[in-house]
Order: sequence, then C-alpha cells, then structure tokens
Amino acid sequence: MSDVLPPVLRAEGLVKTHYGEGAPAHAVRGVGLSVARGEFVAVTGPSGAGKSTLLHLLGGLQRPDEGSIWLDGRCTDAYGEARWAEERRQYIGIVFQFFNLVSNLSVADNVELPALLAGRSPKQARAGREELLAELGLEGKERSMPGELSGGEQQRVALARALVNHPPLLLADEPAGSLDSKGTREVMRLLSRFHQRGQTIVLVTHDARLASAADRVISFFDGRIADDAELGGSPARGRGISDVLELRDRLR
Amino acid sequence: MRLHLLALLARGPAHGYELKQDLEQLLGSAYPQPNVGQIYVTLGRLEKSGLIEGEDVEQSSRPNKKVYHLTEAGRDALRAWFEEPEDEPRVRDEFFMKLALAPQTGLAEQITLINKQRRQYLNTMRNLSKLAAAENRDNRVAHLLIEGAMLHLQADLDWLERCQEELEELE
Repeated sequence: MSDVLPPVLRAEGLVKTHYGEGAPAHAVRGVGLSVARGEFVAVTGPSGAGKSTLLHLLGGLQRPDEGSIWLDGRCTDAYGEARWAEERRQYIGIVFQFFNLVSNLSVADNVELPALLAGRSPKQARAGREELLAELGLEGKERSMPGELSGGEQQRVALARALVNHPPLLLADEPAGSLDSKGTREVMRLLSRFHQRGQTIVLVTHDARLASAADRVISFFDGRIADDAELGGSPARGRGISDVLELRDRLR
Repeated sequence: MRLHLLALLARGPAHGYELKQDLEQLLGSAYPQPNVGQIYVTLGRLEKSGLIEGEDVEQSSRPNKKVYHLTEAGRDALRAWFEEPEDEPRVRDEFFMKLALAPQTGLAEQITLINKQRRQYLNTMRNLSKLAAAENRDNRVAHLLIEGAMLHLQADLDWLERCQEELEELE
C-alpha cells in the first residue's frame, strides 16, 4: 500500500450561488478543503452562512457553479445524477436534521433498503441491519414505523441507514438540530464512537458542543472558511474547565 | 469556600478531611478540588469568627482530629447566603477589551483575535465533553455543573459569531 493515500474528500474552488426571488445568495464563495482518512471534521457557523449548501455540494445533492470535488482521488466533475446516487450508496452516507426516513417503511426496511440497492443479498442486508440496530440500541424496534419513534430514535435509525454499506465517508447535516439535549448527547456519543473506529466524518452544526466532538473545526462565515483549527487534546496554557467554572470568582 | 463548608456542616459534625471527601463526591471531577490545607485554614477562620466550633477527638494511633459543628451564628450566615441571588457570571470580559481596543493600536487584527479566542473556547468545550464522558452517569450534580459550563461557552461562541458577522460587514 502506498503511504500517501488520497484524501477521502477533497474540494477546490467551490462556488455556489442560489438564484431565487430578490438578490442572488452567495452561499459558497470559493471553498477548498481536504479531509484525510479517519478525520472527524466539524463545520460550524451561523445559520445562513452556507454550511449546509457546502455539505450538499460535497455529497452531490447540489452541483457547484464552479470548482471540483474528488472522492478518494476520483474527480467528480463529469458525474451525472446516477453516478452521484451510486456514490451515495457506496462511498458516502448522509444523515440529515429531519432524518428523512421513508415513513411507510418499517425501521428494518429503512435500514436494509440502501444495502439491497447497493447489490447486497437480502441475507447480507439483514445481517448488516441487525448488527447496526443492536449497536445503536434499537433492538426490538425493527417492526416499528418511523412515526412511532422519538426523534432521537429516528436519528439513530437514520445513522444505521447511512452506515449500513460501510461508506468511507459520513456526512452529517445538523444531525441534532431537531433533538433535545439528551438526543444531542446521544448523537454526539455515537458519532464519537464510530469515529474512534476509524469512520471519516464531516459534520455541519451550529452547536459547539457537538462540534467539540470533532478533532478539527472549520468556522464558516458568509460562504467562506474563516478558520480551520485542529482541536488539541489538552487545554492551551494549562487553562481549562476550572477557569470556566471559576469565572465568577475572577471577575469579582 | 467558607459558605460551602458551612453548608456541609449543616448536615452534622465532621472533620476537615471528611468535608473534602464530601465536596469531591458531590461535585465530581469537574470542579476545581480544594486541597485539604485550604480546608483546614478556612475551618480555622470560621471557628475564629464564631460560625463553627471545633472539638478535639482522641484517636488511638494517630494525632487528635478536630470535629466541627455549626453554631447558631453559622446557621444564620447560611440562611443569609441562601437568601441572596448571585450576580450574573460575566459583566466584564478581557477579550472584549482586546477586541474593542485592537484597531487603534495597529498591533492586532480583530478577526485574528476572534479566531484565536474561538479556538480557545472550542478546546475548552472539548475538554468539558471529555470530562462529561468520564464522569459517573449517576452524579447528576456533577453533570449539571459541566452542562452549565458548556452552555456558558456556547453563549460565548455565539457571541463571537455575532462579533465576526458585524465586523465582516464593515470590511
């Protein structure tokens, strides 16, 4: 194996402008980034900064006006809709804020569907589904319909669906955006766990608590990357929690 | 720490080391732990001001230990403590002063300051997440403490975003 593997994801010069009513919205204005194997990258920024558009470009859900995207070194410039759909079955798993489960399919079918579409046998699809649902604490929910589950449970089903084909890249668009704080902690714990096993993740969130689970945080402002920071394991200059907790003492 | 020790003694008499253990158990690893010397010094002061009283208890193989109990004056001090709401934690912020004064010095860029500060907050947030993950799940008080710190940081980060939005509009 070559010791220089191509990045799981690379983008250069991405531009996307939305033309609707009123002035054109410059959602993404010249963005380049590279995500290495096993990295967990969070993209944060205020709502309307264009971070969801960026994620949609990276997953082929929208096409850039300018710029290019490479998946594992493969240039996607010439990809059509069908080819992107294929990548989203095999190479890219995506979870969304509102889960996007198929409401008239059971939990089991929701998770097995992408495996079947990717050409797995029914037996393989079932085995993959069983393993993931157990892992995500959803045993016994196989026959439930999405509408019968809590938001947190639905998001776990969505995560299982996104990961059933073992995609090298997981994209998550505000995965805790419609969950309460318990659901948020749950999503955070699960993303961290999959990351520890080597899953490459790009997470878009406005929630700094969620972002802090990543080991790299990109701050996105007004369609551009304002900062790109590795989070270290140890607090800078020996500061940390005690400082936060002792703020009131220091300020007296 | 004076009132925290008084509050622990409201439950019943205890010696210094017991109080340290009580605090640790209550607050978990997130809170800056007082050292036992600090506790003994504070107990001495509380006794001097008549809020607690100590009694020497003989121990067979070790030096005597001093067991303290709350006096009526101590109980009044505690009531007064509970009676008053506390100031809000942040009224003044040194970072804000840097941000406000930077342009006229020509020595620092505001956006650079914001980015640097954000990295600091995000790292602290990460450490808090790790603490929360390591803390015993059943210790509700410790988890609430960490969650409070995280929410403060989240607000600080939101506010940095606001600063950045405003300043980028000016550019």
